[in-house]
Amino acid sequence: MSAMLETQNLTFSYTTEEGAAPIVLDGLDLQIEAGSFVAVLGHNGSGKSTLAKHMNAILLPTGGAVYVDGMDTADEARLLDIRRTVGMVFQNPDNQIVANVVEEDVAFAPENMGLPPEEIRERVDLALKLVGMTAFAQHAPHLLSGGQKQRVAIAGVIAIRPRCLVLDEATAMLDPVGRRDVMATIKDLNQRVGVTVVLITHHMDEAAQAGRVVVMSEGKIAADGPPRQIFQQVDLLRSLGLAVPEPVALMWELRRAGLDVPLDVLSDEECVQALEKLLTRGG
Amino acid sequence: MDPILQTEKLCHTYSSGTPFQHDALVDVDFAAYPGEYLGIIGRTGSGKSTLIQHLNGLLKPTSGRVLLNGQDIWSDKAFTRSARFQVGLVFQFPEYQLFAETVYKDIAFGPKNMGLDEGEIDRRVRRAAGFVGLDEALLDKSPFELSGGQKRRAAIAGVIAMEPRVLVLDEPTAGLDPSGSEEILSNIRAYQQEQQATIILVSHSMEEVAQNVDRLVVICDGRLRYSGTPREVFSHGPELEAMGLGVPQMTRVFHRLRGLGLPVDSSVYTVEQARDAVLAALAGKEGR
Repeated sequence: MSAMLETQNLTFSYTTEEGAAPIVLDGLDLQIEAGSFVAVLGHNGSGKSTLAKHMNAILLPTGGAVYVDGMDTADEARLLDIRRTVGMVFQNPDNQIVANVVEEDVAFAPENMGLPPEEIRERVDLALKLVGMTAFAQHAPHLLSGGQKQRVAIAGVIAIRPRCLVLDEATAMLDPVGRRDVMATIKDLNQRVGVTVVLITHHMDEAAQAGRVVVMSEGKIAADGPPRQIFQQVDLLRSLGLAVPEPVALMWELRRAGLDVPLDVLSDEECVQALEKLLTRGG
Repeated sequence: MDPILQTEKLCHTYSSGTPFQHDALVDVDFAAYPGEYLGIIGRTGSGKSTLIQHLNGLLKPTSGRVLLNGQDIWSDKAFTRSARFQVGLVFQFPEYQLFAETVYKDIAFGPKNMGLDEGEIDRRVRRAAGFVGLDEALLDKSPFELSGGQKRRAAIAGVIAMEPRVLVLDEPTAGLDPSGSEEILSNIRAYQQEQQATIILVSHSMEEVAQNVDRLVVICDGRLRYSGTPREVFSHGPELEAMGLGVPQMTRVFHRLRGLGLPVDSSVYTVEQARDAVLAALAGKEGR
């Protein structure tokens, strides 16, 4: 399998007036396979959002290189192709919504791509359906709630049909069901359509649903592996200002109380099974 | 005890007379008591934000009343103004509202508007910065030089500096990492305890609400559906689920264990309570 996204010794520091800028990304080597679902965790200031902005050339490396489907993001001639390959969804939908009517907002990018009207119509309808906002197609975005607006913003990106979707804390403003809907949408796009997903999040339960978790700290990769393996490293995660999913936290507490329980328990189901086993053991 | 803040049959209709007419709040009777830590939960679009914007007079009721210490906040102009200082509102992503040249001036904006003298303003700015854990050295910096978490804390300090009797926060931890969230929540707790203030926390995280509040109200489709301790409210699991809210993860897990016939306390909602419930069940088994 080929890499959808690749960074080679990626280094980045913001330029300041004084010149001496802190290094945000520090020699990062990362490969994200086409079709994979990767969650990126890290405390505020760990460099995750800066990394995300390198994934479709919003920022360019100060050292090293970033490749999107083999295209060097520093190559200006490929900028349009890069932006059509990687769609970005940000935390605050207000920064991403441009039109006065929901469906016009979703149509904005397909229109700019010069697509025929029938195809624009089809893409807009499907995108709104995927995020569960069809009923709001004729509404004004500024009258929607924060979570509804975010789903419109996601629809606007989906309408470009990008092969890779980068979500930078895109569920931070959503309620539990809104989050679940968006997660289901993302998983569906990943599994059925084969869209590569990079999910930057503070929600450990969301990261637990990814195929791979990358943990960042001080502009470097602190851990990288399947969620089951990453979330067993309770001490490491806590020392990095992160948490573990609640089922893992419970198992950790029970272990500290001297009980023999597994730590790789991520879902409700697994937690129920582990506790059932514990409570009926030898009973 | 009389409520410090109360709504009576509060109704609010947006875009009245247009095709988008929408009843955001319908007959809401809400009360917050002195010194309590109250949580408000509800889906996006449920009317939570509309409700809290009535609490300090940012929105005027379409009908019904908002009472502060028993007095209608719209009864006279001076009282409306005073209500805005007594009930402090911290919006979602408040860091977008930072505007002054320095952090100090930003935090001082509220107290200055209250007409306080320089000495008192200075005392309040430093005190508020202390409450949110902002280092004194940061006060002379531009807000735009701060990190995301520091900006959030500076914005909260700007409201705390008015020393409101009621502090209302709309999702104060959205977008913060777990340790940053934990810090802000403990800052808020410190403010509540030292000032005997009332805290109203709006949150989407059932786990966060479960761990912090004394009492919880649930808003759905503009109506107040439940009010009670977290334990009472989370016992309505299926109803909350139908409202798009759900219950904390530990509550879900323990309800299922109970459903399997295991002798565990199913009213837990935090990891610590869950641990204790498991240990108690194991001790009970040995005792038999």
